[in-house]
Amino acid sequence: MDILTLFITIPILTVLALVFTKGLKQARIVSMVGSIVQLGMAINLVFAYFKERAVKDNIMVFIQDFVWYEQFNIHYHVGVDGISVSLILLTAIVVLAGVFISWKMPDLPKEFFISLIVLSIGVYGFFISIDLFTMFVFFEIAVIPMYLLIGIWGSGPREYSAMKLTLMLMGASAVLLVGILGIYFNSDADGGALTFNILEIAQVNIPFEAQKLFFPLTFVGFAVIGALFPFHTWSPDGHASAPTAVSMLHAGVLMKLGGYGVFRVAMYLLPEGTLHWTDFFLVLAAIGVVYGAFSAIKQTDLKYINAYASVSHLGLVLFALLMLNKTAWNGAIIQSLSHGLLTAMFFALIGMIYGRTHTRDINKLGGMMKILPFIGAIYVITGLAYLGLPGFSGFVAEMNIFVGGFQHPDMFHRVLTVLAVSSIVVTAVYILRLVGKIMMGPLETNNTENLPKATWYEKTGILLLIIPVIGIGVAPLWLSDMIMDSLQPFIQGLL
Amino acid sequence: MDFSNFLLMRQEILLLAIVLLLVIAEIFISQPKKSSIVHLAIFLFGIHTILGFFALEESSLFGGMFQTNGLIHFFKNVLNVGVFIILLQSADWLQEKIVTHNRGTEFFVLLFSSLLGMYFMISAGDFLMFYLGLELSTLPIAALAAYETAKRISSEAGIKLILSAALASGVSLFGISMLYATTGSIYFNDIIEVITSTNLTILGFIFFFAGLAFKISLVPFHFWTADVYEGAPISIASYLSVISKGAAVFILMILLFTVLKPLMHIWENIIYVIAIATMFIGNLFALRQQNMKRFLAFSSIAQAGFILLGLIIGNQLGTATVVYFVLVYVFSNLAAFGVVQAISLQTGKENIDDYEGLYRTNPNLSLVMMLALFSLAGIPPVAGFFGKFFLFTAAASEGYYLLVFIAVVNVTISLYYYLLVVRAMFLRQSDNAIPFFKNKLYMRLGLLITVLGILILGLYSPLYNYIFELSSNFN
Repeated sequence: MDILTLFITIPILTVLALVFTKGLKQARIVSMVGSIVQLGMAINLVFAYFKERAVKDNIMVFIQDFVWYEQFNIHYHVGVDGISVSLILLTAIVVLAGVFISWKMPDLPKEFFISLIVLSIGVYGFFISIDLFTMFVFFEIAVIPMYLLIGIWGSGPREYSAMKLTLMLMGASAVLLVGILGIYFNSDADGGALTFNILEIAQVNIPFEAQKLFFPLTFVGFAVIGALFPFHTWSPDGHASAPTAVSMLHAGVLMKLGGYGVFRVAMYLLPEGTLHWTDFFLVLAAIGVVYGAFSAIKQTDLKYINAYASVSHLGLVLFALLMLNKTAWNGAIIQSLSHGLLTAMFFALIGMIYGRTHTRDINKLGGMMKILPFIGAIYVITGLAYLGLPGFSGFVAEMNIFVGGFQHPDMFHRVLTVLAVSSIVVTAVYILRLVGKIMMGPLETNNTENLPKATWYEKTGILLLIIPVIGIGVAPLWLSDMIMDSLQPFIQGLL
Repeated sequence: MDFSNFLLMRQEILLLAIVLLLVIAEIFISQPKKSSIVHLAIFLFGIHTILGFFALEESSLFGGMFQTNGLIHFFKNVLNVGVFIILLQSADWLQEKIVTHNRGTEFFVLLFSSLLGMYFMISAGDFLMFYLGLELSTLPIAALAAYETAKRISSEAGIKLILSAALASGVSLFGISMLYATTGSIYFNDIIEVITSTNLTILGFIFFFAGLAFKISLVPFHFWTADVYEGAPISIASYLSVISKGAAVFILMILLFTVLKPLMHIWENIIYVIAIATMFIGNLFALRQQNMKRFLAFSSIAQAGFILLGLIIGNQLGTATVVYFVLVYVFSNLAAFGVVQAISLQTGKENIDDYEGLYRTNPNLSLVMMLALFSLAGIPPVAGFFGKFFLFTAAASEGYYLLVFIAVVNVTISLYYYLLVVRAMFLRQSDNAIPFFKNKLYMRLGLLITVLGILILGLYSPLYNYIFELSSNFN
């Protein structure tokens, strides 16, 4: 079996093994083993990718192609470039960390881990697909387990949040379906056969009228899961109600499907449509960036703060993609990775704090550094990385994005970039205030002195996430190389 | 006339033989062993279903009154499989509630007669045979809907069904007579050559269409659906929603794509409007239902609206996608009805609220239900997704993007109410949840077949290819 299909088969085998487990202990061991194997394969894929790139100059490598539905020209067609490889690695890291963080899942553990792994199948499948149909199938597979994950194991208004999230995301994917069909039925514009193959469609000159019509459908379809303003409202509720590992996976990985899909499908396949619509969506993205940051200031629930911060930071990804230049694109991809790791870390830490103090209200928390030194220290580090301190991944990403934004000489782009840059300051405000209040401030009454310290599985989960954060921050070049290389076809197609 | 020609009617003759055999068996089975009639009927029908899979050549009989070809034969097999699943799922109910009242044989005789009517209806080569088939398929069902005579609501369902069905078939017959008046023939092959879109023809078509739309329960001919489903025994409700609807869709499709093809510029507009109305009304009414049977009734109305997306394009792709969707729909809907039936038989509970906490007491039943609902909602990787996707592809292939857009909006609405059931089963916990129970062998088999169908039909593509090739017969 080829190297990419393994990324789907291993989780499927893990799920099958999970079906036969009994109790929490067996379930978590099986999930851990499965996820470790997956992470090993992801790391192996990075090296294999560099090796393969050295000898081949294709857009996509490790391509496998099987005909699935002949009449519609639907294929099971997989392949990766640098962008998808890096996102696959991110997914493997976050899933494993998520399994560690859920080490003590009290209720229906088997079902929890099954849903979690099924979700990851969707994500892996999405990142390796070259066929639009297969991609769409995996996209929906990734979304639907969220309903059960939030609904069964969530907290607060979990039924409401789960329903809202699922309906908004599935509604978006329904719109996306129309967009995909539109692309499909215009893929014979140059006289070829109808196809779902992304690489082939990219060579076709789809008529401008069709591009103009189907670009917004495709863009919005993907961007809703990337929390595009004003379709971001599912995100704060969903993240606040979800259990820790699900928030991590969702904010860390699932929301990246949006940016990736926008880039790979909407923009890559419909270049003229992109140029026609870019200003409109750029304004929306910029509003999202600023709006998310200001909303985060006013929140008092730790998870809501982080959720709005995600809206802001992922808005930046869409913003950078629409800036239409190489530097900004590079920044967008790194921002996806960086945000994935950092936000997963934040949610993991919030989960640990909540598990000990049973509150997420910042007014009821204080002086955590004194009683939970490990969690406190990591929280501060994460916060600093989040607001873009040099030496961490966040800085590399945002630097690229804003430099890319300023490369446009005209007023429109400059103003929007300045607005977006201002979000950094706002981010600093809410992060630093938060750290000051709950980490440094005086001890609050409900915090007892003898809260349990961080356990080994929690530390492992955190370490898994923080190593790459520092890795990207200190040595971004290997990642940049991988991404820059893969941006070539986009540059040829769009610029 | 060569009698070997009658072998073309193999399916019909065999089914008739089973009906007669059951009547005879009724005489010889002694009173204490009455319940063995259920085993006998299931066994015989199982053999009939298997024999159906042997290929049949393409030809016609009685001067073109009766025709058959690969696709018609395939569709009869689909109906057979559906009825077989229904028999398996209702075996326990029959043994507990019906055979004890000494009315077991009649149930099978009526059910199989109705199926025989559908065979003739979809094999029809002229309007006379079509009408005979239509009547034969409807009348026994009205009797079956009223089969639980002890329940007032069941009798009400029977009366409602027979009255509206009589009206519908009358209207349909009126339409046929107008078509006869303008074309001078009732044979499909003759009509194709002379039909033109005069006013009387169009009027005749609309009346005729209304009659069939009633059977498919398209808006605005859907009013009987929810009440009848709620009152009728569950096995009959599932028969109405799957088999009866499927056969009517099939014959409507054949007629539209062949005989009435010259009127396409008329009927594509009619279908466009009715598709939108059916999807919206079905979905919006389903939102507030509490009773599972009413819930599935409105859901099946909405599904019929989706089917119209494949009908509207009138070509081979349309035929293939519609037949494939009906096939998938048979398995999905029967899985849902099967679970409702199992729970209703054990506890008598039929409301969505009663399902709260079901996963923690009966995990397997809940999972089957969830799969069925996901398949109805069209969520990958289960078969329903592929069925819907292909229907949408078919509509988009002729540029009906707006219709597809409206359809996907409806898919999202429908997801909401399907998730309501999932919510009750999985998310809620309840102190008086339905306690654990074990299903009998037949029911388990019936559910297993549906689950396998839901899981395999979508991922296994050669089946669709096969249907697509068969569909070339009509275009």
